[in-house]
Order: sequence, then C-alpha cells, then structure tokens
Amino acid sequence: MVERVRVKAMMPPGHVRAPAYLRGKQGVVERPLGAFHNPEQLAYGLPAEKKPLYRVRFRMDELWGDAAENPGDTLDAELYDHWLERL
Amino acid sequence: MPHDHPDHTHDHDHGLSPSGHPYRADNDEPLTYWQRMEIAVRELLIEKAKISPAEIAAQIEAMDARSPANGAAVVARAWSDPAFKARLLADAGAASREMGFDIGPLNLIAVENTETVHNLIVCTLCSCYPRNLLGLPPDWYKTREYRSRAVREPRAVLREFGVDLPDSTRIRVHDSTADMRYIVLPARPEGTEQMTEVELANLVTRDAMIGTGLARTP
Repeated sequence: MVERVRVKAMMPPGHVRAPAYLRGKQGVVERPLGAFHNPEQLAYGLPAEKKPLYRVRFRMDELWGDAAENPGDTLDAELYDHWLERL
Repeated sequence: MPHDHPDHTHDHDHGLSPSGHPYRADNDEPLTYWQRMEIAVRELLIEKAKISPAEIAAQIEAMDARSPANGAAVVARAWSDPAFKARLLADAGAASREMGFDIGPLNLIAVENTETVHNLIVCTLCSCYPRNLLGLPPDWYKTREYRSRAVREPRAVLREFGVDLPDSTRIRVHDSTADMRYIVLPARPEGTEQMTEVELANLVTRDAMIGTGLARTP
C-alpha cells in the first residue's frame, strides 16, 4: 500500500537532517529503514533515542514545479518519522 | 568544468604553471580553530595512553587503502552472479562483508541502473559517501555546486559529466540525508558476456558507482 506523507514545514534551529528544500513537500514512503539514534540529539552529545527512519520518494515537479527538467524523475531522501505527517 | 577558473582574477604577475593553471597559494596560513582542536584531542588521547601514534597511523593507512576497486569488485560479482546481486540489492552491507570487505557499521543501499532507470547519488547536507567501501570522495562531490545542482537539475549535471540520457530514462536522485550510504549498481555493458569477473571489474569506474558515469564498454 502506498503511504503518502508530507514533510513538516517547520524551521527549528540547530542540527537537523531534513533538508530545507523538502519541507512542506509531499512524497511516498519508498521503504522503512528501521530505527536510528536521533541525530538532532546526537549532534549535541545528548542521549539520543531511536526514531524510525524512512526513505521518501518525491517527484521532481513536486519539488521544483515548472522548473523541473523532467517532472517524472524522482528524488529519494531519508527522513525521520517526527518530520513526516501522514496524508 | 576542470579548466574554468571563474573565481580567479588571473594575476599574470605570478604567471601560470607550464600546464596553464594559476599557481596555488602555499597553505601556510595559521591553523583553524578545528585543526587546533583535532591536534589537542589527539595529543591528549596519546598522552593518556588511550590510543597510540602507531594505531592512528594504521587507521589512516586503512582509510587510504580503501579504493573504488573494492566497489568495482562488488559490482562485477553482482553482474556475474544473480544470487549475489539479489543479496546485494536486499542488503548491500551484508553482501559487501560477504566478499571480505570490512566496511564497519556502514548501512549501505545499492540502487540498480537498468535500461529505463538511472540513479545518481548526492549528499546535499554535507558529503556523506560510502567511504568504507569506495575510499575518499572526489573533491567535486563535496562542492556546493554539485550538491545543490544534482537535486535540482540532475540531467544538466549528468550532461557535463558526458552522460546524456533520453527523457524516457527515469532519473532517480538519492540524497543521503541521514544514516544510509549509497552505491549505484551500473548497468552491465553490452558485449561483456564472455568476460571474467576480474575483467568486468576493470570496467567499473568510481563515477559509475556514484551515478555520474556509466560503466566502460570493452
């Protein structure tokens, strides 16, 4: 089953691994990757709980609109669960 | 790209090297904050006998010994052995270890190029690269130019690398944003049916495993 998600459009300060160009964009879960220690805490030497990580696939026209070279090309990125909202 | 020097105003008083390049300034500036920090931490670890200079040298040697030849051997095995290829695509880390490559705790994903799909690897946030399998990344992989353009205009970037793909080929860009590292399994070139695994490995370039190139044709 295709799981559609949107990357939360939040802009928190500090070290995060969700690139700004993906925030607010919609994609589908390509595969779950398991749980990894949260880099947003690891980066500061804090105890880091494990968070589920997913590979999310975006269409280029979703990311770049009319500027996309080929709308059906795709971009996959790894995003932590707390950055995703289910649609 | 290699012969463009857009940021230089060529000062011809200093002349050009015999190959026509401006001389690079000597890097004898003072150490940066983080360079000093690295030296301080390293010397402390040695002083407290947590680690020896020989161990540090051995680790540097081990890192330097890793090269794209390791990845090329993995690719050639996948081309030659369908069962290995299936294991590589299911768990590239385990498949690499099975071949004897000590890749540490690396979480590796192999993505396969086919007649209709071409994969390209980038790390927009920093310079994540499967070092434990391929060795050090090329300098261009770490530039802002490659990192920003690979996700926005991958086809234009590929053309600059000499890879011109038809619109019918689906391009899949992979941004290594977190814990995974990626290697492209290039498409096996035509006319290689009779080649041995060792011969096949010679066709696999570093760029082919990043996705900015294709495997060589014999």
